[in-house]
Amino acid sequence: MSLQIISAGLLTTIQDTGRNGHQKEGIIVSGAMDALALRIGNLLVGNPENAAALEITLLGPQIYFAAEHIICLTGADLSPEINNNRVKMWRPIRIPKGSLLQFGKPALGCRTYLSISGSFAINPVLGSYATYLRAGLGGLNGIPLQAGDIIPCPGTNATANNLVRAFNPEDNPNSFISASWTITSQLYPKYELKPIIRVMKGPEYNWFKESSQANFWHYAYRVSPQSDRMGYRLDGTLLFLKEKSELLSGAVTFGTVQVPTQGNPIILMADHQTTGGYPGIAQVITADFSTLAQVAPGQNIFFKEASLSEAQELLFRQEQRIAQLKSAINFKLKN
Amino acid sequence: MLNDWSNLTFYPLGDSAIVLHFGDEIAPTIQQQISACAAYLDQNEFAGMREYVPGYTTLTVFYNAWLTSKSGTHDPYDQALQHLQTMLLRIKVDTAPNSKLWKVPVLYGEEFGPDLNFVASHNYLSPEEVISIHTAADYLIYMIGFAPGFPYLGGMSEKIAVPRKTTPRSAVPAGSVGIAGNQTGIYPIPTPGGWQIIGRTPLSLFNPHRDPPVFMRAGDVVRFVPISPAEFADQQALAI
Repeated sequence: MSLQIISAGLLTTIQDTGRNGHQKEGIIVSGAMDALALRIGNLLVGNPENAAALEITLLGPQIYFAAEHIICLTGADLSPEINNNRVKMWRPIRIPKGSLLQFGKPALGCRTYLSISGSFAINPVLGSYATYLRAGLGGLNGIPLQAGDIIPCPGTNATANNLVRAFNPEDNPNSFISASWTITSQLYPKYELKPIIRVMKGPEYNWFKESSQANFWHYAYRVSPQSDRMGYRLDGTLLFLKEKSELLSGAVTFGTVQVPTQGNPIILMADHQTTGGYPGIAQVITADFSTLAQVAPGQNIFFKEASLSEAQELLFRQEQRIAQLKSAINFKLKN
Repeated sequence: MLNDWSNLTFYPLGDSAIVLHFGDEIAPTIQQQISACAAYLDQNEFAGMREYVPGYTTLTVFYNAWLTSKSGTHDPYDQALQHLQTMLLRIKVDTAPNSKLWKVPVLYGEEFGPDLNFVASHNYLSPEEVISIHTAADYLIYMIGFAPGFPYLGGMSEKIAVPRKTTPRSAVPAGSVGIAGNQTGIYPIPTPGGWQIIGRTPLSLFNPHRDPPVFMRAGDVVRFVPISPAEFADQQALAI
């Protein structure tokens, strides 16, 4: 069984929750930009939450299913269609063999995740399936998917079969079926056009001029078209240090807002380097990574301050909802 | 000195990492303290700890806040902090704990080191003198970063310092040995870069299919050894 890539879309890569444990060797974490969407999608097709899935960016691919599969689409709404019928997201879908999945206009958000029950039959590199574009490893041959690629799949697991059956007593194998049940809308963030991104002050916050500190909180920043999986370059009010200071390189992470000398901030994203030497004015809280990952180039964002304890509390709430989803799935399967 | 932690401060990097900040100077003693802490953490992870990353004067420890908090019942930052404070009471920093010496063979000049002559003329030296100065020192690895397996080396002589190229090369081959300012380094993977390239090593600093993928670690020492084109070819054939 396999997925056949008819056309690749703008940037479609295989990702998981990242290549952890190798940053001290200079090997980046990589993985899904919106890891929350990927985790939920995997749970809804009976996969381990960190399984490999497709990350689809803005303009989606066309994918042919030669055999029957159960999939789930989470994250951005890029107007997905199966055999020219609009399909719902955030729920398991059974796709009959011979179906074509394609995408239309980006309606909301920037990155869709396609989880497939059983995930992919490909080899991990250093414990992860994530595509690491710059080093050319992981995923499928270390590069984005290309037209003509065939991704082998082991096939649907029993959990996903039972899940689809549990929600659809009148199962019709000849047309696609999406579960009538979906997850609570509280579980995933509302992707917005002008999102407010909550951040903690960064280690070098006090190095910045007071006027720059004030401007950072007050004005909108536009995500520039030169943004990618490594980082979002922001256009807006320039930020300056009180005095010229050199920072010695050290670890940076997903969501670090660093400011190179010319004053335009950069938010580091999933493919960020492991270390950096620019002053960090802020650090995005984990609970807002998902919202941030769905911001498209050209959109404006605002920053709002959060304390460490607020950030922790919001992270706990997100993880509690994931835990609830896991028990809801188990409950549904038992009854 | 080595076991004096009075300059050490802790602060959060977001909600899922804690930074140990050892000072503001690049110094071998600080590097030894960082390596000693890293070695302790290799043996003593706390619940939910993900990994650590050494910097020049910092050690950043990443954790899964949900696991470290024991499902939201404890403050994860405090849990990490307590573990690290206990660590300081338990470790004793040696002069060079587990530090390895890596002899890195380099073919200098010609097509593998296209900027050797520039480094020489910029410093009023002959190419042979540049090679002899570059190979005379032992370089301490302060950290690995920028690219997989890229070592940040300290200890290069000012006599061979040279500015970066005004226009970076679009592709520097893997194994290239370069100088930028008073830093020297080795490119593990082909990448765009502005360093002045003086030679190339047949060693593979990064191989994702080897265990470990990167053999150099912060705290190890690098010594460059000049080799001939014939030796380069032999060693390249053996490199994994």
